[in-house]
Amino acid sequence: MIRDHFRVMRVDLASGRGTVDRVDGRDAVAGGSGLGAHLFNRYGLPDRPWNDPDQPLIFAIGPLTGYFPLMSKTVCAFKSPYHDQYSESHAGGRSALALRFCDLDALVITGKAPRPSCLAVGGRHLEVTDAHFLWGLDIQRVGKRLRRMFPGPGHRSILRIGPAGENGSAMACINVDTYRHFGRMGGGGVMGSKNLKAIIIQGTETFDLPESKAYAKLFQSVYEKMTATDMMSKYHNLGTPVNLEALNELKCLPWRNLKQSTDPAVSGISGEAFADDTLLRNTACSGCPVGCIHIGFVREQFDDPHHFLYRQVNYDYEPIFAVGAMLGITDKFQVLSLMDEVEKVGLDVMSAGVALAWATEAMEKGILSEKETLAPLVFGDVKPYAEAVHHLGHGANDFYKLLARGALKAADHYGGEDFACVLGQEMAGYATGEVFFTAQSHGLRHSHLDSGGYSYDQAHEEKDPEAAVDFLVKDEAERAFLTSMVSCLFARGVYKKDLLAECLGTLGYTALADSIGETGRRIQRLRWQTRLATGYDPAAVRIPKRFHEVVNWKGPMDSEYMQTLSKRYRQAIIDLGRPSSEADPQLNGETP
Amino acid sequence: MKILTTPRMERCIGCNSCSLACARQVHKKLSWLAAGIRIISSGGMSTGFEAKICLACNPAPCAEACPTGAFVQRKGGGVIVKKKRCIRCGECAAACPVDAVYLDHDTEPFVCIHCGRCVPFCPHDCLEMRPSPREAQPDPEKTSRAKEVTP
Repeated sequence: MIRDHFRVMRVDLASGRGTVDRVDGRDAVAGGSGLGAHLFNRYGLPDRPWNDPDQPLIFAIGPLTGYFPLMSKTVCAFKSPYHDQYSESHAGGRSALALRFCDLDALVITGKAPRPSCLAVGGRHLEVTDAHFLWGLDIQRVGKRLRRMFPGPGHRSILRIGPAGENGSAMACINVDTYRHFGRMGGGGVMGSKNLKAIIIQGTETFDLPESKAYAKLFQSVYEKMTATDMMSKYHNLGTPVNLEALNELKCLPWRNLKQSTDPAVSGISGEAFADDTLLRNTACSGCPVGCIHIGFVREQFDDPHHFLYRQVNYDYEPIFAVGAMLGITDKFQVLSLMDEVEKVGLDVMSAGVALAWATEAMEKGILSEKETLAPLVFGDVKPYAEAVHHLGHGANDFYKLLARGALKAADHYGGEDFACVLGQEMAGYATGEVFFTAQSHGLRHSHLDSGGYSYDQAHEEKDPEAAVDFLVKDEAERAFLTSMVSCLFARGVYKKDLLAECLGTLGYTALADSIGETGRRIQRLRWQTRLATGYDPAAVRIPKRFHEVVNWKGPMDSEYMQTLSKRYRQAIIDLGRPSSEADPQLNGETP
Repeated sequence: MKILTTPRMERCIGCNSCSLACARQVHKKLSWLAAGIRIISSGGMSTGFEAKICLACNPAPCAEACPTGAFVQRKGGGVIVKKKRCIRCGECAAACPVDAVYLDHDTEPFVCIHCGRCVPFCPHDCLEMRPSPREAQPDPEKTSRAKEVTP
């Protein structure tokens, strides 16, 4: 244990100065997700809009970050431009270990810089520098320049936004170290609203480890579990794209704006197809030996006779679903080139793909024309989509500005709500059934990772709303604890309660080790209280008609079952988010 | 005598498991810098990784530069580190031609001691302990000097 409280760097971009706060509550909120909500309650402004300069942008790590394998992710917490409510987004890369080695449990950024700026944070360094000359640059170009401006390869994390973030898009991601992202819910837009083009985190501090041999021994044992054949083959070999064929077989892979849930053309964009023909290499988040990041290549001829350029593009299941199957693009290289366009402008690839799928069907139905879309969108035709991605990222006209706020918002204006594939935000790639649709549409961060609804659908034939909602609530609490450590969720099969207790205990976090279940539930409640305090009304959630029309391996969706699930889950969320009658003593006694 | 080599760095995924293993096991620290092996990207994540590591010089310029005998020539190349003798002058790091000696904020030097304890933590077999190519031709003069300063 480095300390029994949190050390939080708070930077005001308006003045370019920072302070280091001591924040108590380690045993109550642990770190990561719990700390993010805790700090939002301390520094956030629930009643003011997401782009109020005083709103905080929070990056938080956990007690196990860097100490054990796959404890390698950072939680970003903010008021989201997507729905103007509290949200979280999680990313890997180097930022988690970089924050650890800055000796910070969290970085809180408030204020708005007077000019476009970069923030550089280190263990013994803080500067806010003018970066107006970087404004407008795409993700790749700005990365190259930042690497020259802030030397320190290997132990430096670079978080940056593209044009989408600069113009406040609700679909703008924060790119982390080129191949990872705080993808969802518009964190990039929050950075843009603060005139913050990039954050450079340089971790240079060192910490003494426990004297006993127990820690090193436990590390070795966890490391062996993480690199066992099963984990490595699952996430390192084909990686998450292995799911494309599996879900397609189950009729759960959304195709062409979810008009279909299976297509034999999946063979062109399967995990095997990508690995066999496009995979260059794997890379990893710092502190993770699994190395699940798959880098493919795109080779483009830009002139006759033999003038080529090549790009390296990271791929995963979700991006392939979003700009492959969902847009009807079945050539793996075309899918990669479209992902590359999305990367450049700094959009969340899932939101961008699903929103453009809605726009394509709206064109088919005559709701939209090229006057709005500026490109003849047709399922399967990659070139107009590349143009549309550029327009969406840059907010090229009123239509794209509205679409960048979410497909359902565009549908409310133009029509076409029935086929907007939005579940709280643009859907993740799982047409697995009623439980998942209910879970993502109502979930805390509207992520497929909030809870395991997609796996529940696959494991349970019976329709028992009470059991299903109980599962969602319990599973969410367990995940909330893991994302407070902050673990990669790929490791959730290894980091079970007993092992987590052992890890925490070895480092001296004995109170946390003894209260994992209770603390997970407390963090779950705290997050929901925070979300509800910023205006969330679960009863207002809509599950568009398209989801009710899905037919998968189980057969057609049961709308009545989905409605019952929604009703129960809404009540569960309201119960979880009800303000505590008594102040939690664990959260009192904070010292600035 | 064997030395640590990095023959398969093309396979490196940049996980830092080796650096963390060295810091944890050899130095009892949590760090990705206070270690004998440090991983850097060669100009961004798209260009692959390099290992900053002692190449086992014999004679070792860092040992020659050390004024207190804290860095002592190791048979087979590289150095043996006598931490208690170190006065934190940083001359070893300045003398290293390949930037393999890391100085922390207190100017404490960290360098590979060729113990090989990082090797099992590389998930892709980038690292290997191999017989030193420099073992056969030690400089007798340097060797005797090293003996003189060894307690």
